[in-house]
Amino acid sequence: MNGAAIALADAVRSGTRSARESVEESLQKIATGDHEIHAFLEVLADQALERADEIDRVVASGSDPGRLAGVPVALKDNLCTTGIPTTCSSRILEGWRPPYDATVVERLRAAGAIPIGKTNMDEFAMGSSTENSCSGPTRNPHDHDRVPGGSSGGSAAAVAAGFVPVALGSDTGGSIRQPAALCGVVGMKPTYGVVSRYGLIAFASSLDQIGPLSATVGDAALMLEVIGGHDRRDSTSLDAPAPDVLSAVEAGVEGKRIGLVTELVEDTAPEVAARVREAAEALGSAGALVEEISIPQFRYGLAAYYLIAPAEASSNLARFDGVRFGLRVDAPDVAAMNVATRTAGFGAEVKRRIMLGTYALSAGYYDAYYAKAQRVRTLVADGFALAYLRFDALLGATTPTTAFGIGDRTEDPLAMYLSDSCTVPANLAGHPAISVPFGGDELGLPVGVQVMAPALGEPTLFAVAGAVERAAPGRAGGTP
Amino acid sequence: MVIGLEVHCELATRTKLFCGCPNAFGDEPNTNVCPVCLGLPGSLPVLNRHAVELAMRIGTALGCEIRPSTFHRKNYFYPDMPKDFQITQYDAPINTGGRLELPDGSTVGIERAHLEEDTGKTTHIGGTGRIGGADYALVDYNRAGVPLVEIVSAPDVRSAAQARAYAGELRSILIATGASDGRMEEGSMRVDANVSVRRHGEPLGTRCEIKNLNSMRSLLRAITFEADRQVAQLESGERIVQETRHWDEGEGTTLSMRSKEEANDYRYFPEPDLVALVPDDRWRADVTASLPPLPAARRATLVALLGGQPSPAQIDQIRSVVASDLDAIVTSACELGAPPALALARTANEVAANAEGAASLDAGSFAKLLALEAGGELSATQAKEVLAGLLVNGGDPAEIARALGFESMRADDLAAVVAGVIEAHPGEWEKFVEGDPKVAGFLTGQVMKASGGKANGKSVAAELARLRSGAGT
Repeated sequence: MNGAAIALADAVRSGTRSARESVEESLQKIATGDHEIHAFLEVLADQALERADEIDRVVASGSDPGRLAGVPVALKDNLCTTGIPTTCSSRILEGWRPPYDATVVERLRAAGAIPIGKTNMDEFAMGSSTENSCSGPTRNPHDHDRVPGGSSGGSAAAVAAGFVPVALGSDTGGSIRQPAALCGVVGMKPTYGVVSRYGLIAFASSLDQIGPLSATVGDAALMLEVIGGHDRRDSTSLDAPAPDVLSAVEAGVEGKRIGLVTELVEDTAPEVAARVREAAEALGSAGALVEEISIPQFRYGLAAYYLIAPAEASSNLARFDGVRFGLRVDAPDVAAMNVATRTAGFGAEVKRRIMLGTYALSAGYYDAYYAKAQRVRTLVADGFALAYLRFDALLGATTPTTAFGIGDRTEDPLAMYLSDSCTVPANLAGHPAISVPFGGDELGLPVGVQVMAPALGEPTLFAVAGAVERAAPGRAGGTP
Repeated sequence: MVIGLEVHCELATRTKLFCGCPNAFGDEPNTNVCPVCLGLPGSLPVLNRHAVELAMRIGTALGCEIRPSTFHRKNYFYPDMPKDFQITQYDAPINTGGRLELPDGSTVGIERAHLEEDTGKTTHIGGTGRIGGADYALVDYNRAGVPLVEIVSAPDVRSAAQARAYAGELRSILIATGASDGRMEEGSMRVDANVSVRRHGEPLGTRCEIKNLNSMRSLLRAITFEADRQVAQLESGERIVQETRHWDEGEGTTLSMRSKEEANDYRYFPEPDLVALVPDDRWRADVTASLPPLPAARRATLVALLGGQPSPAQIDQIRSVVASDLDAIVTSACELGAPPALALARTANEVAANAEGAASLDAGSFAKLLALEAGGELSATQAKEVLAGLLVNGGDPAEIARALGFESMRADDLAAVVAGVIEAHPGEWEKFVEGDPKVAGFLTGQVMKASGGKANGKSVAAELARLRSGAGT
């Protein structure tokens, strides 16, 4: 297991490398590289160094600082961090410092990880390019004129640029996997309920999951083991410990039945489709039984998603009203203050989705939109269930295309929404899914291959992902 | 007049509905708050099990069906509602379809009793101090997230007095089940009334909802006012507009707050941060088993003790004894042989007048006192004095009576007093002998007076009867 985070933590725990060196190296890379990439909204240099020294003292005293000892971690800026600005890349949260840590942040800290900064994102996680940020776009480390994907674009770019070995993102309709694919890193969305959402600023509560981004599948597995497991502060958190996945990464796919989803190949750019088929062949060579399967319900997923997610968001974002925290624009009375604050504080895409969601829940429209979308959601889950009668895992593209140019889709929301078409089904069903880099297109832009598994199928998911990673072009032992 | 009542009851839990903050009244503003009840970004609700249990107790006491339920979000902007939505139960409430029997024997249907969270409290400061005219407003979120059960009645109530009786009976049930302290003055119990009027036999009229009913008195006054207003409006040829009206206690009037057209579209949808609430059979059985006897059953017990149809005065005594939680004193005294009617009367009047003494009253001593009175050894006046002493200091009633000098009169002493009274009032005596029942009381009263209250009413009556039968022959 040669993950960067795993190796680093091992070195720190055994005393062969100090946490301070690890943090200094990360800070140095950010200092030299991030003015170009703009992955970070906030870098926590002093805090990180202080924490590194603490960890080094723990090691010196002969104790174990934890499984992620001294590993610098980047946190998407919708994860609450005590006393550290948490903005969701929105003007409306300007100046707000949460009085508490998200559960995942607490668990990372407890495992010895060192939060190094807060990363850029599409405002309130609404977007697929990290262009909808009040502080400007993040750039793709592979091509600075292209987007890193989104909404966890800052976290994906931070890993891809080598600023940090691992990062956390959140995935509502693909917001971890899609930028991971476009930036050529690993991005994983756990089964709904495996990771606590406490302290994640909600976009669409029934779809949101926090997950890791990393350079390797092994590092993602370690991160999931650290952040996963029951949390009584989240009622939707499953009453089970974190899944045992690190050992699964090297388990192989001998005898595993893997379905190549027609819809997640045919509806993608030729070079993306080609890489996915190559990955399928490689899995076959590694001993898996690969067959193609059509899940036609997937084609309705995106429409359902763009009703359910905005509906929940319209309610989740109501609290940003200028009364208790964040931005307040003064006005003669409370109602006018609410309007002025929200008008000034939210960006165009957020406003668009609040309006969409409000409309979908309105009296007289609820049944036609929200209720119908929920039925389609059930259909998508049924499609998965049928497929999992025959297969242990499913395979497809993570995104329809490789990274697109900055500004290319900003004027056409629908084109932007289509970037999520391959990733949305797993969110609707609440299933785990992961994007693993697998070669590139003719421009050298990375392609991501998506593996999906049934609910709580994380061990299978990581076994297949590990096999895809080992077969990836350009890796030792991989396809040339 | 047709009335439906919505009662909001704050549950007597230690902590709030979705977080661990104390559920307490009267603390410094914004001290019982946390990220969850302030609705800070990223916070999530976790349901309080005790609140669910209290809601189940209320439902069971009201004869409701306890069902698997879910939570919804009710969306509207208001500064004292931290998330700008309220978590409440919508199409699948925990309790449905019960009934409440009132002391007068009438019943009111219960449509539902569901769980929801309370809001904070806004105080408008400066200017006119009213919502539109204040300089600024302060919000206290201590109450935000306090658990409520909203109990919705069927439109079965037909008068303001019945509405008051419903609220009173419901309040005693909430207290008896331990679900709430029922303090209307602290907002623990708040009543909204839906009022409409119609001519007999006609379909239901358009209703108005009256809010801000903070006492039993305002409930009674507001409903009376509103029904009169609606009747006057209809009689002058105008229509009733469906609207929400605010009761102004000072002015004694209801004022329009908002019409149906202005009402919010609450955009209810299932609360995605909470899972379905499915109380298992065992939990439901435990709740049922742990419920104390409820007021209606306790009243029935007293009626049964009296054996036979209680008089209107006794019905009042039964209601007040149960309402003030003194019925156990009556039943224990009766178990020890005390006559039920006397036990009830003494408890409703003399015992109830001394709440502190009532709490420490020994059932044995009380029963003994009642036996002395019933046996004629103490007059009613004497018995009341002895009881007063018993309530303050306790002790043996016979000894207290002796200490007070209440030896019962010897028969010949009584005969002498009676003879004296007859001699002093010959006209009245003649009428008594002729069978006029009205003068019996007068003569008895005179004997009482002459004996200094020592004479026993029954013995006096017996002596008078003996003498009359002698005079008749």
